[in-house]
Amino acid sequence: MVPVDYYIILSAILFTIGALGVLIRRNPLIIFMSIELMLNAGNLAFVAFSNMHKSFNGQIFVFFVIAVAAAEVAVGLALIVEIFKTKKNINIDEMNSLKG
Amino acid sequence: MNSELIVFLVLSLVAVAAALGMVFSRNAVYSALFLVLNFITVAVFYLLLGAPFIAMSQITVYAGAIMVLFLFVIMLLGAESLAPTASLPWQKPMAFTLAAILVVESLYLLISRAKPDVVVTAPDIAVNSMDNLREMAMTMFNQFLLPFEVTSILLLVAMVGAIVLTNREKAGRK
Amino acid sequence: MHLSETTSSGFFFLAPWLVFAPLTGLLINVIFSKWFKFSEKMVGTVASLASGAAFVVSVLLAYSVSINHGEMMRWRLAEWIHVGTLNLDWTFRMDSLSTTMMLVVSGVGTLIHIYAIGYMHEDVRFKKEEGRFTRFFIFLNLFIAAMMILVSGDSYMMLFVGWEGVGLCSFLLIGFWYEMDTLARPSWANSNAAKKAFITNRVGDFGFLIAGFLMFWYLGSFQFDAVFEAAPEIAHSQPWVIVAITLFMLVGVAGKSAQIPLYIWLPDAMAGPTPVSALIHAATMVTAGVYLVTRSAEIYTLVPQAQYIVAMVGAGTALFAATIAVGQYDIKKVLAYSTISQLGFMVAAVGMGAYVAGMFHLITHAFFKALLFLSAGSVILGMERGHHHLAHAHAHHDEKPKGKKSKKEDHGHDSHEDEHGEVFDPGDMRNMGGLRKTMPVTFWLYMIGTLALAGIFPFAGFWSKDEILLDASLHFKSVYGQLTLAAFMTAFYMGRQVWMVFFGKPRHDAAAHAQESPKVMTVPLMVLAVLSVVGGALNLPFEGFHNLGHWLGYTLAEVEALPLDLKVAGISTVLALSAIFISWLIYGRNPLKAGQIDPLKKPLGFLFTGMENKWFVDEGYFALIINPFKKLSAFLADVIDWRFWHDFVHDTVILGTYNWLSEVALTQYADQKGIDRFANWLGESTQSISVTMRKVQNGFVRSYALSVMLGVVLILGYLIFK
Repeated sequence: MVPVDYYIILSAILFTIGALGVLIRRNPLIIFMSIELMLNAGNLAFVAFSNMHKSFNGQIFVFFVIAVAAAEVAVGLALIVEIFKTKKNINIDEMNSLKG
Repeated sequence: MNSELIVFLVLSLVAVAAALGMVFSRNAVYSALFLVLNFITVAVFYLLLGAPFIAMSQITVYAGAIMVLFLFVIMLLGAESLAPTASLPWQKPMAFTLAAILVVESLYLLISRAKPDVVVTAPDIAVNSMDNLREMAMTMFNQFLLPFEVTSILLLVAMVGAIVLTNREKAGRK
Repeated sequence: MHLSETTSSGFFFLAPWLVFAPLTGLLINVIFSKWFKFSEKMVGTVASLASGAAFVVSVLLAYSVSINHGEMMRWRLAEWIHVGTLNLDWTFRMDSLSTTMMLVVSGVGTLIHIYAIGYMHEDVRFKKEEGRFTRFFIFLNLFIAAMMILVSGDSYMMLFVGWEGVGLCSFLLIGFWYEMDTLARPSWANSNAAKKAFITNRVGDFGFLIAGFLMFWYLGSFQFDAVFEAAPEIAHSQPWVIVAITLFMLVGVAGKSAQIPLYIWLPDAMAGPTPVSALIHAATMVTAGVYLVTRSAEIYTLVPQAQYIVAMVGAGTALFAATIAVGQYDIKKVLAYSTISQLGFMVAAVGMGAYVAGMFHLITHAFFKALLFLSAGSVILGMERGHHHLAHAHAHHDEKPKGKKSKKEDHGHDSHEDEHGEVFDPGDMRNMGGLRKTMPVTFWLYMIGTLALAGIFPFAGFWSKDEILLDASLHFKSVYGQLTLAAFMTAFYMGRQVWMVFFGKPRHDAAAHAQESPKVMTVPLMVLAVLSVVGGALNLPFEGFHNLGHWLGYTLAEVEALPLDLKVAGISTVLALSAIFISWLIYGRNPLKAGQIDPLKKPLGFLFTGMENKWFVDEGYFALIINPFKKLSAFLADVIDWRFWHDFVHDTVILGTYNWLSEVALTQYADQKGIDRFANWLGESTQSISVTMRKVQNGFVRSYALSVMLGVVLILGYLIFK
């Protein structure tokens, strides 16, 4: 008998860890993976709530989130590849030409 | 204390450890593998929550496709360990602080509004994964048809975009 | 339109037509003369009929007064001013005194209108201004209307309205030929004469107004009866008020009736056409002052000191003007000074309290002076006709074969220059002579006028002048002396004039060719001559014949009816005859030849020079008053107004301050240092802020992400602590 709140708490912790990863790491691939982690944490919350409300809406939403995440990863990685071709390294701190 | 709780706690520990490992690992491949572990753990959680379809699609799509793609790119670009640069020295402590605060805040919020008597019950329908699937399909193709179609277009766009983005050199040589 | 309370029979309702008949004539001529192309005869007839209508109304009104036993009637035409305690109405007052004046003015005026038809017909042709004929008659009618307002007014203010009106008409008519002088050369002379008349009259009007103000302030009203009622009490308590009122009125009289010191305008007024001189400056307007004093008799009798001053002023003027008349060469100037002198007689008479004598002399003087002036006009026109006849004859005589006229003849046509290139003056007595042969009718008329003026029995002047002298001899000896001397000189200069003009040989070709005047001019003169002869019957000093005295007695309270005093009459007759004899000795026996100087010049020496030059009074006025005044006004205009006020205060001070304010103060200090600094500070601070804020966008995605995280934390914190 696991209270739903535990799942939510877990989701929050995973989300924070993902956020931390986005902020700290300089490798854009790691940052991307941290973003995926955050999305995943959100999915977990959705499903937990779907269970709580005894409704399928949450799960369907998770389905769409997964699809979108996949699309996003595809395009994002393509972008990173392109940037690597130009800059020859993928340190995110090097990509700071949009400054004022 | 029952078996579900124990399983949950153990698995959550694993998930959190895997997440931390992903974030702090120096090697990009290790990070990817840690993330895969995390995804699988979360899939088990989905199962516990009575969403077998989502669990399976998590493993196949997320852990199977996306992470593989990640590994491809990591291999392609070389998982170089980057030299520590001195830019934004205040970033790391600040990030840690903020993350800590965020955790504290969210925990406080969640615990103060906790409803411990609402427990996870996997409905009977979940045991029979076919039923779950049928019900999900019914809902999706009746109520959520439009988002479904839009998502398929989105996937198409993503595909085309990825190809276009990486195709410039060839087009230039022509 | 109300009658007074007592019911009476008569034609009093016609009273407004005194004024409106001439005004109607005026308006017909103004509006319709150009439209319907009135002929000169038509214009003159309309004007004369208008004046004649006023005369008929005067007759009817006089008749109405007489059948009411001399009772005074009022007819209120309109309300005028009702403010506070001031109540003025346009009311006609018909009593024996005002109807007498009305008859004189309208009667003599109508005769002069008829005369003027003929006179102006020739005058506008001599001056080449045919279009101005109508204007003359419009002004004449306006004058009659204004004079009627003056004599029929029931209050001092209505009198003053007419007073001012006749002053205006005098100005308009004196300056009728405003762009020329009397010899038709382009000049300021005529308009200057008109201005002089107006301005001098203004000084008199000033005195009249002060008297009026005092009257209203202390006596509470302008209306004659109210003033006369309130006067005795004030004379008791504050006699200086009545003295002041009467003396200020004397100033007005001196202006209008040409007494010392304001007589100077009347000789210059001869610049106007002769009918004007006759009507306004002999018969009617100048008598307004005498009428004023007579009307105010009740006030004057309260202050014998003021009366004495009036009498002395009159007597002094009579003598002074008579001396000037002796030395004048212009036929009209002699008559002008004679008028001033006779007015002096009248003013002296009313000053002495002999109101009937004064009014009597006013009436007879109107007759013979108008006659004299109009005859003089006839003489002048005769000379002009002779002169033109000459010029024509010469032009025809000297016509060149080609038919072109030489320049000389053209001159003879256009101006008064004769063949010698000198200007011809038709009024100069030195050019005349022997006119009794060429202008016999005019001669006889002139003789009648002269005898009447000189006071020869039985002409009208004898009776009226004698009455004045009689009163003077009884009460005011010094006045008597002055007036007697003036009478002597009157006879002398009139004799001189007659000998110079009508006897002897013509001293100028124009006089030799002079022509008689047409009937339209001579017939009115004959009427006046008849009146000059029989006019004495108005007030013969015999018991039962004091007609005028009786008549005026209805209005004037105490009238002394004096019997004939043979001593006084005898002295004056002897003096007059001897004066005429002396003048014959000097001027008649050896008539003057052309170019000869006046025989009196050598014996009298500087005296005659003084007489010739009117004792340099005008020059004195110029030196003492007018030139200093001009200097003062030039000073005020140039130094004070232009240089100080305009240049300094306006330009330097105000404009300079304004310019300093706008260029220096506001521009530099307020604008540049103040506002510019503020505006620049705004811009600069925005820039510096943006320079600082720009650093937020450092290009590092991680820092952006960090700020997002920070935002999330903050929001969550807010939600917690809400």
